[in-house]
Amino acid sequence: MACGNNCTCNRNESGNQDNSRRDFLLKGLMGGIGAAFLSGCSGSTSPKSESGDKVNVLTHDGKLVAVDKSQVANFKPHISEEDVRKGIPGKKFVMVIDLAKCDGCGKCTKACNKMHYLPSNKEWIEVLEMQDSPEVSPYYFVKPCMHCDNPPCTKVCPVDATFKREDGIVAIDTDRCIGCRFCMAACPYSVRLFNWTEPVKPNIVETTPAAENVFQSKKGCVEKCDFCPHMAREGKLPACVTGCPMNAIWFGDANEDAVTCYDGTTTKLSQLLEDGGAYRFMEELGTEPRVYYLPPVNRTYDAKEIKIEKEGK
Amino acid sequence: MEKLNPEIKNQIENELLSTVGRRYRQETFWVIFLGLICVGGTVAWIIQLRKGLGVTAMRDYVSWGLYISLLFFFVGVSLIGALVSCVLRMSGAKWRYPLIRIAEAVTLSAIFFAGFMPVLDMGRPERLYYLITHGRIQSPILWDVVAIATYFIGSVIYFYLPLIPDLAIMRDKLTDAPKWRRKLWRWLAMGWEDNLLQRRLLKKAMLILCIVILPVAISVHTISAWLIAFTLRPGWNSTIMGPYFVFGALMAGTAIMILIIAKLRHGYRLEHYLTPKHFNNLAKILLALTAFYLYLNINKYGVPAYKMAKEEKAVLNDLFYGNNSFFFWFTQIAGLVIPIIILSFKRFRQSIKWVVTASVMVLLGALINRYLIVVPNMLHPFVPIQHAQHGYASYNPTLIEWAITASSLAGFVLLIILLFKPFPVITMWEVTEEVEKRGEKEIGVENIITLQNIPTHAS
Repeated sequence: MACGNNCTCNRNESGNQDNSRRDFLLKGLMGGIGAAFLSGCSGSTSPKSESGDKVNVLTHDGKLVAVDKSQVANFKPHISEEDVRKGIPGKKFVMVIDLAKCDGCGKCTKACNKMHYLPSNKEWIEVLEMQDSPEVSPYYFVKPCMHCDNPPCTKVCPVDATFKREDGIVAIDTDRCIGCRFCMAACPYSVRLFNWTEPVKPNIVETTPAAENVFQSKKGCVEKCDFCPHMAREGKLPACVTGCPMNAIWFGDANEDAVTCYDGTTTKLSQLLEDGGAYRFMEELGTEPRVYYLPPVNRTYDAKEIKIEKEGK
Repeated sequence: MEKLNPEIKNQIENELLSTVGRRYRQETFWVIFLGLICVGGTVAWIIQLRKGLGVTAMRDYVSWGLYISLLFFFVGVSLIGALVSCVLRMSGAKWRYPLIRIAEAVTLSAIFFAGFMPVLDMGRPERLYYLITHGRIQSPILWDVVAIATYFIGSVIYFYLPLIPDLAIMRDKLTDAPKWRRKLWRWLAMGWEDNLLQRRLLKKAMLILCIVILPVAISVHTISAWLIAFTLRPGWNSTIMGPYFVFGALMAGTAIMILIIAKLRHGYRLEHYLTPKHFNNLAKILLALTAFYLYLNINKYGVPAYKMAKEEKAVLNDLFYGNNSFFFWFTQIAGLVIPIIILSFKRFRQSIKWVVTASVMVLLGALINRYLIVVPNMLHPFVPIQHAQHGYASYNPTLIEWAITASSLAGFVLLIILLFKPFPVITMWEVTEEVEKRGEKEIGVENIITLQNIPTHAS
């Protein structure tokens, strides 16, 4: 597959560049993910007007030079199929959902749907009204994919279309999925959705391998919450986290022991789990979810207003 | 016992060969009728391929429906070949000889459609070859593919081996058949001369195959059961699934076997070969299997019903008093209890009509039971179904789905009929050999030796 990013893979043959082409070693520039090779830089043939903004770049012989921003191509590192299957190196993504704060507004779902171009009838992150028994008060329960460490879904996939990455994410390769729906039967959390008909495609061009696409819907294939790996690669938060004004959803890296919520507060994961009395949903199934819940104590909303939908309606 | 009079043997062979290639009015009607259903199903399938699985009533909660239920049914029915050719052989039941080819034909047809159903159910059937190019051997689906393929090949061989001497008989006798047919028979008969060495080798091969195919047959259906038993879902998360499926399958297969020999007996004028003895003995097997299956049902539903754990409760309530209660109690009472009562009486067991009635009930119950194993469990997942869109929290199969389901069943029957057409339905050489060895009574055939003049068919 052609890379499509502004990287070196296909550009070299274009022949429109002369000796004046310069190679820069970028440091903390657009992509922001470490240092990477850059060669898509326009040379003397470029008629581009200078913007006046200067950026510091490191040349391959180790000199730091300031060049105009217009001379540097908007560089994104090439992500191969292998990278996507392996995951983001050194990370262990984790989510904490504070049920005490969630008031059931559903903005996480809306943000998620916007991010992934999902129609309103699809919900990768669902807000349910839960009541554990008739006498206890109800609460809102936010349910993304649990990205289990012992995932029942990836175990049963016959073609390795859904797989566990080293960064903890359970992803789906819709170029691989054969649509047998065994993973849907196996998932105890009912988070997996199927494209029963041709989905409406947005007008975007995606260049990463399917498993990390923003738009993943493909007819006859399974899809689900993916923890927004394309955002994580840029060091950004998933759509649901940035969409939750209640600061109820925290997202971060267990290796760093840090999670961040909507307003940018970053806190120690272990502390948050300890102080909040965290638990995991249906721990008894042994699926080892990567999503933690803080129990709905001292709610910030009126629990009596929650109406529980009775089963079978 | 002394050798059969060559003239009588000749007559027996003539009689049994008379069904080969012969046209029967009723049969032609059925072939056309079933063929039309298949055409309708194919049209429905094309629509489904073009528009996607959205034309079915399956949705995110009930993500498996009629197709997977039917997969379980077909895999199950395919066990009948192993039952007749292996279990009966090992238990020394000599009356099995006239039934062997019929059972293998049912097996072949069933396992063929069992392989076909998952393809119908796939969202991306054009990626089927990924199972080979990207297959993960850890997935039970791969095991199922391997097991179904192995069992299919084994069944083809088991259908073919006892056919070799019969093909030789056809090659030698039916000299007025079209040339290409005789050529084909000669080729398929592989130079069979009916000498002692050939017979010994053939019997050895059949014995080896019989021993090998039984574990394969059991594994095929156990793996199908594991497709659901390997999930955590309430109702499916159970260790009973393997044996539950295998014995339910043997039961359904026996019922189908009874229905088919009842049809063939008169349709092909095989009254001397498929006799009340066969019905009586198959009825005894069916009785044992239904009784055992009822026992398994009591374990499968009764044990969790006593405890009523939170997750199981919703499924069990649905089956016991809910939307599916009619079907559930139908399968238990009309599909098991009443047939058990009917088959318990010797008088009924000896009446073909009653045995057939009981078989129809068992078969209907088995078919519905496959649906009950799949669908109600999917409607009661761990996480409560809320804010479901219209049609998501229920399952009412669409016309397309019914058409494809009906045509799969029709195709199954059609393929059996077509397998009966080019070959004699009864294994001629084995039946005559065994009659010579043990007499008519043990094989279950009637009046074939003493018969002087076999009445010609009214066609």
